[in-house]
Amino acid sequence: MKTIELETPDQTSVRLQITGAEAVIQSLKAEGVKTIFGYPGGAIMPIYDALFDHLEEVNHVLTRHEQGAIHAAQGYARTSGKTGVVFATSGPGATNLITGLADALIDSTPLVCITGQVASHLLGTDAFQETDVMGISMPVTKWNCQVTKAEDIAPTLAKAFYIASSGRPGPVLVDITKDAQFEKLDFSYEKCTAVRSFQPKPKLNADQLQAASKLLNEAKKPLMIVGQGIILSNAEEELRAFAEKTGVPVASTLLGLGAFPAKHPQFVGMVGMHGNYAPNVKTNECDVLLAVGMRFDDRVTGDVSRYATQAKVVHVDIDTAEINKIIKADAPVVADAKEALTVLAGLVEKQTHQNWLDEFHQAKQKELQVLSENREKEFSDELRMDLVIDLLSQKTKGNAIVVTDVGQHQMMAAQFYQYNQTKSNVTSGGLGTMGFALPAAIGAKMANPEKQVVAIIGDGGFQMTLQELGTMMQNNIGVKIIILNNGYLGMVRQWQQMFFEKRYSFTDIQSPDFVALAASYNIKGQKVERQEDLNNALDQLLNTENAYLLEVKVAREDNVFPMVPTGASVAEIRLQ
Amino acid sequence: MNKTFTVSIFTENTIGMLNRITIIFTRRHLNIDSITASETEVKNVHRYTIVLRTNREQIDKVVGQIDKLIDVLKAFVHEDNEVVHQEIALYKIKTTELKSINVEQVVRENSAKILTIDPDFIVIEKTGHKAETQVLFEKLKPFGILEFARSGRVAVTKPMKELSAYLKELQNN
Repeated sequence: MKTIELETPDQTSVRLQITGAEAVIQSLKAEGVKTIFGYPGGAIMPIYDALFDHLEEVNHVLTRHEQGAIHAAQGYARTSGKTGVVFATSGPGATNLITGLADALIDSTPLVCITGQVASHLLGTDAFQETDVMGISMPVTKWNCQVTKAEDIAPTLAKAFYIASSGRPGPVLVDITKDAQFEKLDFSYEKCTAVRSFQPKPKLNADQLQAASKLLNEAKKPLMIVGQGIILSNAEEELRAFAEKTGVPVASTLLGLGAFPAKHPQFVGMVGMHGNYAPNVKTNECDVLLAVGMRFDDRVTGDVSRYATQAKVVHVDIDTAEINKIIKADAPVVADAKEALTVLAGLVEKQTHQNWLDEFHQAKQKELQVLSENREKEFSDELRMDLVIDLLSQKTKGNAIVVTDVGQHQMMAAQFYQYNQTKSNVTSGGLGTMGFALPAAIGAKMANPEKQVVAIIGDGGFQMTLQELGTMMQNNIGVKIIILNNGYLGMVRQWQQMFFEKRYSFTDIQSPDFVALAASYNIKGQKVERQEDLNNALDQLLNTENAYLLEVKVAREDNVFPMVPTGASVAEIRLQ
Repeated sequence: MNKTFTVSIFTENTIGMLNRITIIFTRRHLNIDSITASETEVKNVHRYTIVLRTNREQIDKVVGQIDKLIDVLKAFVHEDNEVVHQEIALYKIKTTELKSINVEQVVRENSAKILTIDPDFIVIEKTGHKAETQVLFEKLKPFGILEFARSGRVAVTKPMKELSAYLKELQNN
């Protein structure tokens, strides 16, 4: 006899039907996103409308410019280790993100940027606020994708978060057409855990690690240079254990500052164009150079053909394309820094290199003495950048989050602030983006409301993104701002002085009354011009609970030294 | 020393892939001699074959950057002796010129073939290396070539490893 089969209810049909815009917000919640930086506009309005129902779970910070939003997300990501999230509209909204994308790509910062786009039937018609965001952002993103159907939103965002934060992190842009934001879909969210064509973490190669440890065990004068890769892979503890076992002097790149505490007896300073004397000179004296999580930027190497040619180079990096890109590695280790250092610490023998280490420290003392004597001779009782930063470092014990812009003050901060905490150094390293610091500091403070966040900025850079004072005012963000005002675009002026016969072509820059400007945003501040006023002014800055702006008039024609001039070898570093 | 390199790139089938690949050459001021793209024997996997002249160090770095692209499954670089490659060329000449050319001889000597004969024109096809299609071009040139088109290089590699084996490796990692 034929039986009758009862129909089972279709599980999928009971799923919630929501709009694509709502799916964006639900996807972000599923990824644990708590803070978004952004700016609304026509093509992203449905997403902003959906966001309006979730403000208790997701905080959105309205910046004053999309560039401010993306730099804030960078500051947030770099001080929290989380992926920064940005909203912007189509056309100009999206193009205003480009500088931040380029900055985040070169400095390996995980971001997911969501841009609205005109409706899919208008793509390619020169519609209002339509621009080829995919094409424009391709060279400055780790990955980008355009979504024209609501059903693709959740899987694309899942992939975006996975790609942004896995392996060597970077910015990802997802462009969503307006019709996809309105369209209804059956929503479900599944986190992405793998992409077939993307291998984020190379498998450890035992032979490579053996070869590296053999070189390290034979080394008489080893030198280690650490980069941001340590911070990105959370390898600070592994680095310390490895360094203490091997007794190796540890130098840092600009972005690596903070990965290894400045107060550690094995820390020997920064390498590079404006790095410290000893780690630069001794790069060309060491027998084994161990580079971990850094990429031999030209500002680090100087003349590549005369860089560490005497040394065996061990290069540990997660990105295969970085190996042998600039400096040929005798022992390449393609690996995550944390994993590699863990294994290497087990393979290396316990050693001390006290005499070798002492040479670094003696050179550092001499360097500081020469620099300070020269400056005192030239500027007598004037205020100077190094004095401000040195005092700030003492007062905060090197524990504040210090966000710097680009130029002379940036290099002074790198030299004189003793970064003792990881994820406490935020600066635009690879791209050198002026205007980065103020918005990045806002993001850093959002991620670390309990910490002291100090933005050190030049008078030029501050004027590039000072509109973000409005963001601080509206959201009551307690960033402490120090403007080191020398009335010049100082780094360019320094180069004009040294290499262009003092022809100061367009580097003399006037500024508004910064204290009055801050006051108009309801931010307290003061200006100091004499050395004797600095101490109290810094106390006031640090002890104020809310935002504060301190303008310091510093010596106009101070220069950053040490310096490896362009084209020179690191051994030719100059102290004056 | 500059040499000719064949870059074979296997990618996911996504919009914009060609742009992602070519901007890597553009950024380094490298000019591409030829480029072809097509689907492979594996569904949804596409193959780009790019030919250019540069030096070994540069091409290795470029391929490293291409391999790093999220949607690229694998990129390889080969010198001419490591690949079997071919190009196709089409030559359009006036039918009236048939009288002055010994068609049979040209076709035989060059392993070419006639694709079509129209009252106004004929189209001759030749496959081969660029140098070979160029030889025929020079031979036909005196008779007036109405139109000439040559494809980019297609190439398969001499090592025997199959694409599907690479894909399996990628998926197992």
